[in-house]
Amino acid sequence: MLIGKVPEFKSSEITPREKFLNRRNMIFGGLAAAGLAYEWHKKMPPLYTPSVLAATKLPTVPGKAPVVTDAVTPQGKATSYNNFYEFGTDKADPKANAGKLHTRPWTIKIDGLVNKPQTIDIDALMRYRPLEDRTYRFRCVEAWSMVIPWVGYSLSELIKFADPKPSAKYVQFYSLADRKQMDLPSGFDWPYSEGLRMDEAMHPLTLLTFGAYGQTLENQQGAPVRVIVPWKYGFKSAKSIVRIHFSDSQPQTTWNDMAPEEYGFYANVNPAHSHPRWSQAHERRIDSSVFPRTVPTLPFNGYQNEVASLYTGMDLNRNF
Amino acid sequence: MTTRTVTYIKGVVFLLALSPFLVLAYRFQTGNLGTDPVQWITHFTGNWTVYLLLASLAITPLRRLLPALGWLVRLRRMLGLFAFFYATLHLLTYVFLFSGFDFSGALVSLRSGNMAALREQWAAVWPTIVDDLKKRRFIQVGLASYVILLALAMTSPQWVMRAMGGKLWQRLHRLVYLAAVLGIVHYWWLVKKGVLSPLKDTLVLAVLLLARPAYRLLTRKRTVRAQPARTAA
Repeated sequence: MLIGKVPEFKSSEITPREKFLNRRNMIFGGLAAAGLAYEWHKKMPPLYTPSVLAATKLPTVPGKAPVVTDAVTPQGKATSYNNFYEFGTDKADPKANAGKLHTRPWTIKIDGLVNKPQTIDIDALMRYRPLEDRTYRFRCVEAWSMVIPWVGYSLSELIKFADPKPSAKYVQFYSLADRKQMDLPSGFDWPYSEGLRMDEAMHPLTLLTFGAYGQTLENQQGAPVRVIVPWKYGFKSAKSIVRIHFSDSQPQTTWNDMAPEEYGFYANVNPAHSHPRWSQAHERRIDSSVFPRTVPTLPFNGYQNEVASLYTGMDLNRNF
Repeated sequence: MTTRTVTYIKGVVFLLALSPFLVLAYRFQTGNLGTDPVQWITHFTGNWTVYLLLASLAITPLRRLLPALGWLVRLRRMLGLFAFFYATLHLLTYVFLFSGFDFSGALVSLRSGNMAALREQWAAVWPTIVDDLKKRRFIQVGLASYVILLALAMTSPQWVMRAMGGKLWQRLHRLVYLAAVLGIVHYWWLVKKGVLSPLKDTLVLAVLLLARPAYRLLTRKRTVRAQPARTAA
């Protein structure tokens, strides 16, 4: 009886005839894709091993950005004084707690109004364009500032690659929110989300940032990838991004939702528009000096020549 | 508790209450005030004002809870004056550091004797301070709390108390409750929405303030119950 047993399978498991006949094409298709991937790979050779983690030196090229002559903030200060509320609300918390964050494997999902919605691996994203050194002023809404040499390339490169539909007017960034790796204090609507108007996101100064000080970002700085929008208050520059969403209407953004009278959607650095609780006319410049100097805050954080034209005709006091 | 022991304890508490200032001075001298020293000093002096104010408010409930601790009242004025001391440092921090006053620049001008530059810096921040006072409610309640503490500190010597008369003095010094509440409100109004750092201080103050009516309620009940027993006897 056993010997005569017929193998059991459903009729649905039988390969359709046309697929059986086309199997060779499928193999060729696979080979072609692999070949293309290989070609792409040759064009942009890996700059380092894919298993890169924090504090890995990055090969960079000089950046295309206005030269900042201000003294650079020491790396130790820039990586120990952070607002990254997912790891706690005190500025020393991120450094103490962000060690739990795993930055590999890491993918960024691109969705919404784009022709090429997809999920991209962080290492592929880092290899997509040459990494530039770009030193920017960084102005926190809390009236302190730093000067940081970031490493990355213009966000516009990725946006062009994703190919947004004409109806896409805004770009929204989502940060990671994972209770296993983060503290995620109560009182906030996680995940952290920020957004830009399409022309702001496409502006060459808007940096898709993978590193700082010539090496990969420290976890507390928003590793493995964040944006840096140098003419806006720091909270606009979302950290540890896992999703980029394209939409036709102004997206929900964390701080604007929390306290719209304090944190506007635009959040352009503007010494003439006070925060309800303090003046924004000055900033404490955190550099190598023991006691920071108080320096005047510049309109658009000093990037007026580059970005002011984005806002012609807009009432910046109302659209703060 | 002998007078000598209390004097000895007072000395220890004095040093304890002074130690935050010594830490501050040492850190200032050694340049170890963190990445954003202005913020650090502001928070440090503000926190110690609240802690000492809460400590002084804890004395009455503690004495009622444990009558053996009656001598604690002799520490109260000192704790209150220390709260005023840290509040003063906090206010000076606001005026000379937080407001946008260029402290390091001012130090350089001061060393070189350039008084005109100092005046210029002052003229530059003064409008900001006036603006803060007009517009920002957390500054307003903070200053109100400070004015109360100032009045209490000015009237703290024995001879002022005697000159004022105990009743009036006590009525004035009840304002310490208001000062503490305003201080905590100041804290809540200055932190970002969603930040819960003032919660612990708020809970402690709530317990200390509620302890008073709770005690009064308890003692009243006890006397009411005690009275019929006495008439029966």
